[in-house]
Amino acid sequence: MVMPLITLRGMYKRFPGVLANDNIDLDIYPGEIHALLGENGSGKSTLMCLLSGLYTADGGTIRVDGEEKRFRSPRDAIACGIGMVHQHFKLVEPFTVAENIAMSGRDESFVLSTERMTADIAALGDKYGLEIKPVARVWQLSVGEKQRVEIVRMLYHGSRVLILDEPTAVLTPQEAAELFKTLRWMAADGCAVVFITHKLNEVYELADRVTVLRGGKVTGTLVRGQLDTKKLVWMMVGRDVVSKYERDAVPEGRPVLAVDKAVAFNDMGMYGLKDLSLTVREGEIVGIAGVAGNGQRELAEAVTGLRRVADGTICLYGEDVTNFRPAEMIARGVSYVPEDRLGVGLVPGLTVLENLLLKSYQQPEFAGRWLLDGKAIRARAEKLVREFKIKVSSLDQPVRMLSGGHLQRLLLAREIAEKPRLMVVVYPARGLDVGATEAVHRLLLDLKADKTAILLISEDLDEIMKLADRVGVLYGGRLVGEFPVEEADIERLGLLMAGSGGEGGNADAVQV
Amino acid sequence: MSEQSIVISIFAAAVTAGTPILYAALGELITERAGILNLGVEGIMLVGAVSGFIAAVASGSCWWGLLAAMAAGGAVAFIHGLLTITLRANQVVSGLALTLFGTGLSGYLGKSYIGMPVPQAFKVEPLGPLAHIPFVGPVLFQHDVLVYASYLLVPAMAFFVYRTRPGLILRAVGENPAAADALGYKVFTLRHLYVVAGGMLCGVGGAYLSLAYAPSWLENMTAGRGWIAVALVIFALWNPWRALVGSYLFGGVDALGFNLQVLGVAVPTFFLSMMPYLFTILVLTLLMAKSGGRVVPPGALGLPYDREDR
Repeated sequence: MVMPLITLRGMYKRFPGVLANDNIDLDIYPGEIHALLGENGSGKSTLMCLLSGLYTADGGTIRVDGEEKRFRSPRDAIACGIGMVHQHFKLVEPFTVAENIAMSGRDESFVLSTERMTADIAALGDKYGLEIKPVARVWQLSVGEKQRVEIVRMLYHGSRVLILDEPTAVLTPQEAAELFKTLRWMAADGCAVVFITHKLNEVYELADRVTVLRGGKVTGTLVRGQLDTKKLVWMMVGRDVVSKYERDAVPEGRPVLAVDKAVAFNDMGMYGLKDLSLTVREGEIVGIAGVAGNGQRELAEAVTGLRRVADGTICLYGEDVTNFRPAEMIARGVSYVPEDRLGVGLVPGLTVLENLLLKSYQQPEFAGRWLLDGKAIRARAEKLVREFKIKVSSLDQPVRMLSGGHLQRLLLAREIAEKPRLMVVVYPARGLDVGATEAVHRLLLDLKADKTAILLISEDLDEIMKLADRVGVLYGGRLVGEFPVEEADIERLGLLMAGSGGEGGNADAVQV
Repeated sequence: MSEQSIVISIFAAAVTAGTPILYAALGELITERAGILNLGVEGIMLVGAVSGFIAAVASGSCWWGLLAAMAAGGAVAFIHGLLTITLRANQVVSGLALTLFGTGLSGYLGKSYIGMPVPQAFKVEPLGPLAHIPFVGPVLFQHDVLVYASYLLVPAMAFFVYRTRPGLILRAVGENPAAADALGYKVFTLRHLYVVAGGMLCGVGGAYLSLAYAPSWLENMTAGRGWIAVALVIFALWNPWRALVGSYLFGGVDALGFNLQVLGVAVPTFFLSMMPYLFTILVLTLLMAKSGGRVVPPGALGLPYDREDR
């Protein structure tokens, strides 16, 4: 039998209040693609940070090629040929690609020789089919390109073990396919690839072996032939997860939101929305699919009063509310769960209590003429935290300390507490694990049952198919297709998202 | 005095008056490149000036004075490093406190030295044949050795920052410490190192005042030059060459005021001594207006680094 390249035994890591890794064993073989599957907080990233030298273990041994190693810093790991591509890229944005790669320092000369670097990088890129521009500045690159820079950087140090932390989280399906091709080439070349994920389809598509983690412990390792969805989910979550929600048939309600031929510009001053028309009825979830950057943000912001509409109208219950201020939209029952939870939705430095109050502080039950009514506010916040099962250590904890799933619950709690008539949600499950996603979805379905109109903007087609009554596809700022969910299938949606086969869409629509 | 010699003397005075600012600005530049904002430059310069002076008096040598100024500057800057890098205190608060501390400390230490002559100052030493080049010679090459050293320091620093591997890492630490950390560079150590190095340069700037420019000790003798240096780093867009140009520009405004007074131009002295500061405000305002607010400092400037932070 082949000797493992990496052997981890009894890995143990404790953070204040959390046992992140509890006695974990793991073998990684050359030429294999090994998936680490688990929910958020199951300890996958921590384990890999131990292996890449970013964290130091509290216990356990790391063997590389059978030899015991101690990693005091990432440099030690890099020297052993272990490289990690983090979820948040560790690139210096104002630097060029070549400078970013030079930082990692395989060539230890004092003076930088740009020409040689450029040639070396181009050669590496060719070898693995990674298109890369050494002189481009990193901030100019797309997310997929940045990831390529990270990978090339690791290869440049001669990494034999490449660790990727949720590599597809930020990629379009096409970019993900490209990445998978590269990873297979690298494995065929004798490298070991470890990728962290919580998506089962990626495990099926890519992994030779999969190790599942739950609560800081290994729950099992399966090889390709043994893969079984039910088993994997059970190993990961510890219980069964529904694959389809029961939904009530849609009673034809009154139209709540009616957008007619809306035109809006994006932050760069180019067309974000072009003649977009859309209706959402009471108790209806309209799912908007599309690759990010095709007008999702502009649509959400136009409808919530955050972005000026240059032409066209937006109506709520027949009232023309085009270019009303956000406060006026809120007063009319519009709620918004934005894509950027901590940047737009919540104030990271304020407490749970204060964030829950943000939309209702002027209501008479919480405020007198001058002062806030602390007791009433606290009582309501306690009620919301209990009702929505938000895990907080105290109401006075700053919200930036909360995990992604609970941040989203908090945001939804605040928005749902306003009893919205129209709810606009953007990428509601992004970055959430299976359990948290299900909880968020159930909240949205409850809201629908209360006859709220929901505009759901998402990149995740499964999510849209599970939740929506009608599906629309956004491409180049237009709605290029709209049909009941029963008539939608993933393939058709995918084609529309890529800009082909739509009724009104054409490929040049993006380049305005 | 002929018109030409007046122009030459103003230009030459611009270089001498600009040199202390230049040293301080280079010190602040390299500190900020590492992502640490040090608003204590004024205080560090004062401590440098007084320690340099005391050491020169005690030893009888201006070189010991210079060394003492560097050591003192580095030591005071290290306090800032401890507070802001290790303890992650607010950099603005720490820097301001350092200026207050430096001003007080230097006043106290220098009390008995006020008005005393320095036994050996850095003297003007014309630089061989270069000094005889018409116009350029008297402007650039009839100065003391610290001025000449600054001529070497600017290109050396520019080369270091932009063309060498340690320079690349320095910029990375200031732009995105997490990225440097993930590659195994010791962000905390490097930041401490550059803060201390920057403090040493600020100390030299102070010593230049007390050992070459004045040369004597006067309480509060920096008179805001430290603040001008901080502003200058922004004006220079964190580039040593631009810092050089900026320093001489400010030195020139300073010298111009002095020369106008000598020539008996009827401008109130208050206004003349105000000029460098007014000029600072003007230049910064124009720079901001022209660039449309796109003066881009090092990405992590002013932010404490914490590995476990999310």
